[in-house]
Amino acid sequence: MPDLIPLLSQILNGLLAGSYYLMIALGLSMIFSLGGIVNLAHGAFYAIGAYLAVTLADRIGFGGALVVSPLIVAVIGMIVERFLLRRFYTADPILGLLLTFGLAMVAEQTLRILYGAAPIPFSIPQALRGQVFLGDFVYSRYRLVTLGITALAVLGLWILLTKTAFGKVVRAGVQNPDMVGALGISLKPYMTAVVMIGVGLAALAGVLIAPIAGVHPAMGQEIITFAFVVVVIGGLGSFWGVVAAAAIVGMTRGVAAHFYPAATEASVYLLMVLVLLTRPRGLFGERIQKFE
Amino acid sequence: MPLDTSLSRRTLIKATAGATALGTLGAPAISYAQAEAIKIGHITPRTGFLGPLGEYAAQAAQLAAEEINASGGIMGRKLELILDDSPNPQQASAKAERLVQRDKIVALLGEISSASALAIAQVVQREKVLFINTGANSDALRGSDCQKFMFHIEAQNSMYVKAVGRSLIRDGLVTGKKWYSLTADYAFGHDLLNVAKRYMAANGGNHAGDDLIPTDLADFSPFLLKIRQARPDVVCLNLAGTQITNFLKQYVEFGLTFPVAGFGFDTALAWGAGKGNFGGTWPVVWHHLIDTPGSKAFVTGFQKKWNRMPENQAWGDYCSMKVVAQAITETKSTDPMKIVEHFEKGAKFDLLKTREGYFRAKDHQMMMEMYAITALPAAQIKNQYDIFSSSPPVPAANESLEVIAATDDENKCTFRSA
Repeated sequence: MPDLIPLLSQILNGLLAGSYYLMIALGLSMIFSLGGIVNLAHGAFYAIGAYLAVTLADRIGFGGALVVSPLIVAVIGMIVERFLLRRFYTADPILGLLLTFGLAMVAEQTLRILYGAAPIPFSIPQALRGQVFLGDFVYSRYRLVTLGITALAVLGLWILLTKTAFGKVVRAGVQNPDMVGALGISLKPYMTAVVMIGVGLAALAGVLIAPIAGVHPAMGQEIITFAFVVVVIGGLGSFWGVVAAAAIVGMTRGVAAHFYPAATEASVYLLMVLVLLTRPRGLFGERIQKFE
Repeated sequence: MPLDTSLSRRTLIKATAGATALGTLGAPAISYAQAEAIKIGHITPRTGFLGPLGEYAAQAAQLAAEEINASGGIMGRKLELILDDSPNPQQASAKAERLVQRDKIVALLGEISSASALAIAQVVQREKVLFINTGANSDALRGSDCQKFMFHIEAQNSMYVKAVGRSLIRDGLVTGKKWYSLTADYAFGHDLLNVAKRYMAANGGNHAGDDLIPTDLADFSPFLLKIRQARPDVVCLNLAGTQITNFLKQYVEFGLTFPVAGFGFDTALAWGAGKGNFGGTWPVVWHHLIDTPGSKAFVTGFQKKWNRMPENQAWGDYCSMKVVAQAITETKSTDPMKIVEHFEKGAKFDLLKTREGYFRAKDHQMMMEMYAITALPAAQIKNQYDIFSSSPPVPAANESLEVIAATDDENKCTFRSA
């Protein structure tokens, strides 16, 4: 039994890492499902969330920043959707890629000009520091709190998408945008809301990671690759696919870290290759149409 | 009507742009007509995990160039600095080639990534242009991959390991003790691990294990769990760039208390981790608390121009610029071969430390003092920068500067005929 503890620790640890990917991947997946845009700037919103947290925490505390920072980023997302993304829903996907890639670079450079390229010091709030002990199992208290917040955010999003009128229109829009249009419902405001929710979630992940990883302009690039891997493995357009993929990716990382640490990151890509070979649309992938 | 206005406005914009372009093209020809400027190229990574350090490098190079020009240039000629970035080795090599062939630079300074420095070294050797490496640490660049036209103001990995190793031995963390390492998975990290293993083994340390860390990894938790399981006497880091910041923050988060030491380091990363997170003992080529008039002037000048504290990478690029300017003045020549010979004859340079430095002829490594810094307890920290205390210069004043450098047995350089 004692031999199992380290393996279990690594698996739980992987799941926690997966929770960060999940918050970013859910937004990526929603924006792609409804708008057909692969948002390469998604990592930038995550970075902006982290920087806002650093700036705001001095004034309104970490808890305040946890709420306010994603809201501000959601408003930025609204502006970006309203004036930029909206023009590209019907365009060649490559144009959307170029646009969001450019946006990511502009955002990163702006952060660099405003805050400098060096990492900014930022620590875990006093109340959340320390470890949790369960027998031989020891873990960071802060990360367990993160896991809880992620679970709440995912649950909230799921309720929004399945139990509300808003969610019904969004899901219908993903399935058949033409039919939604024929019923006289414009998907445009829904798309704005989806982008706001998506980038808000990314910003929330940014705030949560700021105390434990370096806050620096390129942090968005670091994480977005894994978020994409999660989306691809889960299958575009599938809510539970992304959730399951984040968990599977996390556990794969954990198991690899236990048995062969050098392959911790590589194992995730290997998993993606295996999934794509057997299920090219991802684990829960659906056929996607985009709305006008 | 709207169509007409937009057309005429567009035409106006085009005309303005054209005029501006012509204006800027015309201007330099007039101002530099009398005495041709001495062009010096500077490339360094500005993005990615080394980007934060690259920004210091570029800012310091600009400060040095400005100071040189303010004091009358080099032999009465203006120094013109051309900055570029090097996100990866392929780009580094292509950009070095462009700076040499198109811009006709006299010397090239910069770089932090050992892999990119290696790519640049091949270009400068082919083009016969002087290159001063300001931030790449790999011993191999001074050994198996050494080049006649490449010099190193940045200390080599051996110097880093030996500088901090003395502190570790003093603290009883080497002989008969178990050390665990994390290593950045690229040229620099691999080289540093080899040098560290050699040093620790020679002094009776037992290597408990090593994990290779991808350079874009932000989450160290799997490795922290492994370290907790391994229970080493000391954790040694062969990491680079923002990896170090992330590690330090998460090490505290996971409540690990084994002593930490690093074999490679940059103070900006300690500042990024911040008070309460920064811990351990680390080697540096220079830091802002060094008490010499030169260092104080540099710190003041940098703070005035860039409104922040310079760190060790800034020091390397600042001093290299001054070293090249001084060498051109002393040899009265911009011929790279003449400057190479001047360096090899042991010309002395002020490096803002207590002793002057010189390039070692056999491998072109700058011989100089180094320092080991140790994190201060949180209670003693007064501001965001002064978060560590420093050892006296290593080697001590009565020792040869060579004692911390790689010996011929450890790392031998044979220059191919130039």
